Amino acid sequence: MGQFIQQLINGLTLGSVYGLIALGYTMVYGIIGMINFAHGDIYMVAAIISVTVITLLAALGISAVPLALMVTLLVVMAFTAVYGWSVERVAYRPLRTAPRLAPLISAIGMSIFLQNMVQLTQGARVKPIADMMPGQFNLFTFDGFTVFLSYTQLMIIVVTVVLLAIFTYIITRTSFGRQQRACEQDQTMTALLGVNVDRTISLTFMLGAALAAIAGVMVTIYYGVVDFAIGFVAGLKAFTAAVLGGIGSLPGAVLGGLIIGMLESFWSAYYSPEYKDVAGFALLILVLMFRPSGLLGRPEVEKV
Amino acid sequence: MTTFQARTHTVTLTERLKDATNVALIAILLGIPMIGLHTVDAGGKLMVATRWPWLLAFVATMFFGRLALQFAIDQFKLKRLTRQRTRTLEVATPRPWLKWLGYGLLGFSLVLPIAFSDNRYVVDTATTVLIYVMLGWGLNVVVGLAGLLDLGYVAFYAVGAYSYALLSTQFGWNFWETLPVAGALAALFGILLGWPTLRLRGDYLAIVTLGFGEIIRVILINWTEFSGGPNGIGSIERPSFFGLPFKPDSDDGATFASFFGLEYASEHRVIFLYYLILVLALLTNLFIARLRKLPVGLAWEAVREDEVACKALGMNVTNVKLSAFAIGAMLGGFAGVFFAARQGFISPESFVFSESATILAIVVLGGMGSQFGVVIAASLLVILPELGRDFSEYRMLLFGAAMILIMVWKPGGLISRREPSKVLAGVEK
Repeated sequence: MGQFIQQLINGLTLGSVYGLIALGYTMVYGIIGMINFAHGDIYMVAAIISVTVITLLAALGISAVPLALMVTLLVVMAFTAVYGWSVERVAYRPLRTAPRLAPLISAIGMSIFLQNMVQLTQGARVKPIADMMPGQFNLFTFDGFTVFLSYTQLMIIVVTVVLLAIFTYIITRTSFGRQQRACEQDQTMTALLGVNVDRTISLTFMLGAALAAIAGVMVTIYYGVVDFAIGFVAGLKAFTAAVLGGIGSLPGAVLGGLIIGMLESFWSAYYSPEYKDVAGFALLILVLMFRPSGLLGRPEVEKV
Repeated sequence: MTTFQARTHTVTLTERLKDATNVALIAILLGIPMIGLHTVDAGGKLMVATRWPWLLAFVATMFFGRLALQFAIDQFKLKRLTRQRTRTLEVATPRPWLKWLGYGLLGFSLVLPIAFSDNRYVVDTATTVLIYVMLGWGLNVVVGLAGLLDLGYVAFYAVGAYSYALLSTQFGWNFWETLPVAGALAALFGILLGWPTLRLRGDYLAIVTLGFGEIIRVILINWTEFSGGPNGIGSIERPSFFGLPFKPDSDDGATFASFFGLEYASEHRVIFLYYLILVLALLTNLFIARLRKLPVGLAWEAVREDEVACKALGMNVTNVKLSAFAIGAMLGGFAGVFFAARQGFISPESFVFSESATILAIVVLGGMGSQFGVVIAASLLVILPELGRDFSEYRMLLFGAAMILIMVWKPGGLISRREPSKVLAGVEK
């Protein structure tokens, strides 16, 4: 029982990270209807930048955790957003009217490029940082097994819930959200109505990158190690989460992330850690067979 | 939406400089965290180090690069603008030179091992190109003809390779016995995967196939008793020349060298393998060319162009897609058998996602549905990294950049012609 609750907490944490990355996927998919294959690598870039920023702050002697955390988040989000913007500008915008597969290939190219760029400029070795927020709440003891919730885990879960709320508000209530949903439906018509489509899409990529940046910072603090190759697997999981939850739906992305995270956590604990990836994909295939548009996705209406 | 605006005035130098300055500003922002700053390991603890001169060089390169690029683009657009006034819209002209180029390449590929008989490296690289050509043609059935996005094609390649490896090491089957069995197995896997998932929309199919590829790889790594795990399977029997093995002379039975009265040389096998994959690839090409003329091939293209219309005409769309999936998988399985026979050793390392991505890139770069484009793209994607071996650190970086650039330059692929094999007579295209 104690271990069960502990795995639940670990799974929620992992799932929240997947959910944060999945939000970026789902937003970009929502607006231009394509898989942003480089999104996992944007997340990796963010994690690497956060290592630099955290190390720099430590060297400058800024040790107050809330201040250091805020500064890290803001700086990393800003830089990563520029990366998100550039990726869109270079690999997607020229191909907006191209056949559907063309941007997918340029995105895969971008993913390869980013990974190797980071490997070249930052080195291939694993980068460790000191635990920024040591400490934990010991929740209760059951059969001699103490269930704990570390400060970092709590922070990750809270941040995910808050961000989901903020982004749901942005998409459903603000003028930018309306523009974005309009672009999703018909870009030409939206442009005729005076919306700057290019700007809206760019901004969406930047917001998605900023979300990936937050996930990157959180993971760096949580695990304490980062390298140039973490983007692919995380991106794959997050994309699975986005599809599982119903792509285009923000709560769906987080829900999907949580399901995948918890499945992995329980599968590793009770069955076998080797096959946890298989479990996630098998679940995805099963869900898609019975609900082809994901758990919370709207069924697509085919117009002729 | 990009709207094409005719330039009414020549671009002033100030505008150009402003544009390049913007690019340089972005470059500064991109460069600071990656080039300007980096973390180094100093006695078990990370320290931040700076490289400002590098950053400066990067920003300067971007600034002047942008100036030059923009100038080139403007010149190109201006030229095209004047040309468009004089020429009417070009209707897709048949390209006879393409056919002749194809024959030329075929001739070249036939004499290549003879011309380079003393250069094993060239023949080896050419064999690799042909494996990718075959994989590209196989995937082309799925992606190019039927319009289904498959990101896990490497799984079928793995099924083929492991079928041969296991059947030959465990049961002593030879290459020719395994080939049809492995193809059938791969096709079976294609049907097993396709049957529940082909009802899904394009992008969902992409993620499911991607997941399938990963599942196969994870199983191969972890099911050690079955597949040898990460260590893979070694000492796989090499294919023989109609029963004559490529071995040094020995007492037991005739070898290829002794039968033809030749001096034994290890190049014989390399050249034989090259011709073997060439024959397999040509058969694949012929097979697909015939299929395209059959009702099933036409149905693939019809489903690609308009699925709803096909449904309305009473076609069983799922079966059409399933047949494309199975045939594509089968061809991937054949290529896998050859791969295992050629390497003599296989491990899950050879069947990672980047392989699927490379094969898909070959199909899309070549121009979907174009058999010839696949050849060009496969040659490009195999030879480019080979050429880059001298500066191997930058090899993959440039590879990624090249993929983006080619797509931006020619979004439809290098040989972009995606016209249906059959059109209604008298319909203007």
